[in-house]
Amino acid sequence: MKAFMNVLKRKQPMNSELTTAFQIETGSSTEAFAKKEQSLEDKSRQKPLSAPGLTLKKVNVRYGDTNAIEGACLDIPSGSITALVGPSGCGKSSLLASISRMTDLTPQCQVSGEIFLGKDNILAKGTDLNRLRRRVGMVFQSPNPFPMSIEENIRFPLRDHGMRDESVIRKTIKNVLGDVGLWDEVKDRLGQSALALSGGQQQRLCIARCLALDPEVLLFDEPCSALDPLSSAKVETLIKGLKSRYTVLLVTHNLAQARRIADHVAVCWVQAGCGCIIESGDTRSIFERPVHPITQAFCQGLQG
Amino acid sequence: MNDGQKLDSGITVLIWLVSIALVVLPLSMLWDVVREGLPHLSFNFIVDQPLDAGRSGGVGSLLISTFWILGVCLLTTIPIGLGCALYLSEFVIPHSQSEKLLGFSLDVLAGVPSIVFGLFGYAVFAIQLGLGFSILSGGLSLACMVLPLFIRTAEQALRTCPKGYRQAAIALNISHAGFISRILLPSASGGIAVAMIISIGRALAETAVLIFTAGYVTRMPGSVMDSGRSLSVHIYDLSMNVPGGQSNAAATALILVMMIVLINVLARYLSRRWQHVE
Ligand SMILES: Nc1ncnc2c1ncn2[C@@H]1O[C@H](COP(=O)(O)OP(=O)(O)OP(=O)(O)O)[C@@H](O)[C@H]1O
Ligand SMILES: [Mg+2]
Repeated sequence: MKAFMNVLKRKQPMNSELTTAFQIETGSSTEAFAKKEQSLEDKSRQKPLSAPGLTLKKVNVRYGDTNAIEGACLDIPSGSITALVGPSGCGKSSLLASISRMTDLTPQCQVSGEIFLGKDNILAKGTDLNRLRRRVGMVFQSPNPFPMSIEENIRFPLRDHGMRDESVIRKTIKNVLGDVGLWDEVKDRLGQSALALSGGQQQRLCIARCLALDPEVLLFDEPCSALDPLSSAKVETLIKGLKSRYTVLLVTHNLAQARRIADHVAVCWVQAGCGCIIESGDTRSIFERPVHPITQAFCQGLQG
Repeated sequence: MNDGQKLDSGITVLIWLVSIALVVLPLSMLWDVVREGLPHLSFNFIVDQPLDAGRSGGVGSLLISTFWILGVCLLTTIPIGLGCALYLSEFVIPHSQSEKLLGFSLDVLAGVPSIVFGLFGYAVFAIQLGLGFSILSGGLSLACMVLPLFIRTAEQALRTCPKGYRQAAIALNISHAGFISRILLPSASGGIAVAMIISIGRALAETAVLIFTAGYVTRMPGSVMDSGRSLSVHIYDLSMNVPGGQSNAAATALILVMMIVLINVLARYLSRRWQHVE
């Protein structure tokens, strides 16, 4: 509890800085843009990144007899965005879900291999799932805000985690809504139902709700697939702005998007009836000098 | 017209006839009750004590007894029933042996004739526990009767909670208690209100259980340990045992119908309010 408060306190100046960065961004002058770059730089100088990286070693995800993904090895460096691309049904969501152990909820689903979050193997027996899910935040494909008011969507998880100080809660709500660029849009109707927001706003609220709990790793499962191009551009910019503070893993069907925002790309494919990661590397080399013939075809849009 | 089309139009006519019957039958029953009962209905009829075995006077004390019995019944049914429904929807492993067993026993219990619950209530509450013919034994026996129905309906309502909410709650590491109290119950409140309405309807209509347990004394009850006659028992008694009680039976039935309609409207309104607040 105390540690949690400290973390929040430590984060406040940074958050408010990012808020201004987003506010500036809505203006279009180049001067403002330069200012934003400046402030982001200041921030990364102020605080050394503490988010741990992720390492997947020979991860298998099975549903009964079918192998959703087999032998997945992947390095997800901290403080960067890694995009997971590939055709439908190749096991991207399953892989993502196994990182926050959401796969435990599906009774017939079995995960084997090793996933290291920092130094901890989260697939090991006796992993504290509460602690894990506090460290790993997840945003789903379709926005799923709770059927409560906008601010209650953030207050309720905070209070459930033991946060009682209303003034800190208020501040957190303001900061995270600012982070996702929603504060100006909703500040006059925080008490209204979150379900009355547009899809894009709901998705950003879900991201804000996730940020409020201060995770270290963020998992996004096709966060833009239900959104119109404008909202999806907003979410995209938002994710890009998060990478200096979090380790981000993003599933997307949109190759152009992966190319725009990801530092690293992993390509999934279905081979011999089960999914696997056929190639991974930094974005440039995957798109410009792919090694695997399937990656070549896929990334040039010839197949898939 | 070919054969298939003939069959189609035949079936259409049949479905229309059935739908019309479904609307006309209850309406004609209601019409009967209104026609016979309305002339006898007055403010005095609602507040006065029954006289001359119910041939004259009103239903004041019976209304009070009915409310008390219903109160005891609901106070027992709602906490136990909600608890069971939550247990079934949240904690029992789906498709497990225990789920099948529990579901099966509930369905059997829901189908048991009410007279059996009356005898059970008489043996257990009235005799064994020494509660005698009282509003308390009546309410508790009624609770036994409506519980299976309430549990099943409430469980259905709880199961309609969107999967996304649960997913989000788990991903956000929300406690199970927090999820149940702030998300699951509010989102199922409409269905739970329906479960309550159905249960109240069953309880208000019940006579067999109450004759054996709450008795049929028409006096104003002083405490839950007194015997009390419910409206439904009164209707039964007037129409079966009291010559010349027909019109007052109809008036009482009219009150019962109005009560059920009122409760229905109220419950719907409340559940809508509840969902808006959240
Ligand atoms: N709950 C489940 N039970 C059984 N099989 C499942 C389940 N969820 C996924 N699968 C199987 O696992 C494989 C991978 O599914 P997954 O949802 O991970 O794919 P995906 O790459 O996310 O696809 P998309 O891009 O369409 O979201 C599929 O073949 C699917 O049939
Ligand atoms: Mg998916």
